[in-house]
Amino acid sequence: MSRFPALHVEIKHQVESFKLQAEFSATPGLTAFFGRSGSGKTALVNLIAGLATPSSGRIEVGNVVLFDADKGINLSPERRRVGYVFQEDRLFPHLTVRGNLTYGQRFRNEVTRRHHLDDVTDLLDIGTLLNRRPEGLSGGERQRVAIGRALLSSPDILLMDEPLASLDSARKSQILPFIERLRDDVGIPIVYVSHEIDEVVRLADTMVIIDNGLTVAAGPVENIMSRLDLRPLTGRYEAGAVFSVTVAGHDKTYGLTELSFSGGRLWVPALNQTMGHKMRMRIRARDVSLSLSPPTNSSFLNIIEGNVLEIRREAGPQTDILLDVGTPLIARVTRKSIAAMRLQPGTKVFALIKAAAIDRHAMGLGGTRQRQIS
Amino acid sequence: MTLSSLEIEALQLSLQVALCAVGVSLPLGIGVAWVLSRKPFPGRIVLDGFVHLPLILPPVVVGYLLLMVMGRRGFVGAWLWDTFQISIAFSLQGAAAAAGIMAFPLLVRPIRQGLEAVDPKLEQAACTLGAPPLAVFVTVTLPLIVPGILNGTILAFARCLGEFGATITFVSNIPGETQTLPLAIYTVVQSPGGEAAAFRLVIISVVLALGALIVSEYLTRKTRK
Repeated sequence: MSRFPALHVEIKHQVESFKLQAEFSATPGLTAFFGRSGSGKTALVNLIAGLATPSSGRIEVGNVVLFDADKGINLSPERRRVGYVFQEDRLFPHLTVRGNLTYGQRFRNEVTRRHHLDDVTDLLDIGTLLNRRPEGLSGGERQRVAIGRALLSSPDILLMDEPLASLDSARKSQILPFIERLRDDVGIPIVYVSHEIDEVVRLADTMVIIDNGLTVAAGPVENIMSRLDLRPLTGRYEAGAVFSVTVAGHDKTYGLTELSFSGGRLWVPALNQTMGHKMRMRIRARDVSLSLSPPTNSSFLNIIEGNVLEIRREAGPQTDILLDVGTPLIARVTRKSIAAMRLQPGTKVFALIKAAAIDRHAMGLGGTRQRQIS
Repeated sequence: MTLSSLEIEALQLSLQVALCAVGVSLPLGIGVAWVLSRKPFPGRIVLDGFVHLPLILPPVVVGYLLLMVMGRRGFVGAWLWDTFQISIAFSLQGAAAAAGIMAFPLLVRPIRQGLEAVDPKLEQAACTLGAPPLAVFVTVTLPLIVPGILNGTILAFARCLGEFGATITFVSNIPGETQTLPLAIYTVVQSPGGEAAAFRLVIISVVLALGALIVSEYLTRKTRK
């Protein structure tokens, strides 16, 4: 691993009355820009790509300085070696799929070309489309061609601005595996813009939260998702702690899968994954109940022992509690229960998680929310 | 029907003038269309008006202005003659200049409309793929405005074939030198009993114009595929 961060950004930028101020470093792998629509995610990606120029600061990819206001460095977009997958595919209508894919190659000499057309078409499963025109392709195919086109320009970093936003959920779940393969097999840093927490949890290694033009927090997904103070931004209803898990076993009789994580084991509805498969899953705070003693004769399959780390003060009837169960876990309980149980930092508790609450959606597997056992 | 030498001469001259005029003004027209559609600058309205001037001015006025500027005693023409012994007045080049200027607005307009229809986001995408600005223009912008270019070219070509007023004012009506089809028709109509000869020239003109139209239609369809 290089001693340079994959991406380092510290910039200030202003467009009319909208102010953008960003500061973060990302490790190799996939970095998600997460935030509401209009928070400045796309603006930030455009600054990295060089389609707009910040008023001050620095942008580095690996050891290459793309922009440095103090030193007067500002590489033009065509010299930045960024692959940009836009929200709309932006394929060239006058070229075939092959022409689109190889477009960027002609501007790279043989030595600096990193990927071969055949490998990319295999990776994205678009080999049969090569002689067709973009207008005849489906939305999912077009977006895959757009990803391939960006990849074949041999970029140092791949920028993806909500590449799935224009697709329906079935198409989305078809393309997500390709993005995972991109992240795991191709090995170039990826910036992935999204306002879908599911996509972020599933794909991202690093997460940058952008709110109202400001990078509020940046770090590993597990850390960011377990911060109680960020819960209003990560989405109160859907959000929860993120676990890195490994498939440890299957129970065919009851249609369950056993997952191991750093604090123990979890039963979830059967997953179509092989033993040893590593994945990330989100346990929604609202699906976690607490008990002072291990309940007997209950329907809870998952009872995990842990300690209270932090209780968030909130005005409403419910509040978030951060637990340490070997890994951070967030529970959302009523203030009344907190008082009745006399919970405070350090209290030993048992976290109760209904297996049925952990659905495909929480695994970032998409598809229909309630489809559990096949 | 066999063509007389006068008819062949006029036909050849007309084609030469039109091809020369369109050939020279096409790159210029693309450049002007690009500036007008893409580069907002303070004098844009002035340039826009200037380009469209030949469309609204009487052709005779354009011819007279050309004579004043480019004629052997005009301020540019005199300099050209004194330094290089070059003069375009009363020559085929002059006829082409007159035709080209008269046809210029017709050439620019469709190209400009084509350029305005090109999504700048596509050019941006090309740029992120490593294409320098000129390459973006040649590989993305230009192919996308081919229909506009064809349309403008054919309109301009037809306008050049029909040019009369500016031509006769600037380069006069010299058989074999500047006497294009319209001027030849004008000449035979002026002479007594020239109706039959005029009619033959009219037929040639119509065939030429139709031929140009068919070629353009064919090319447009081909590029759409």
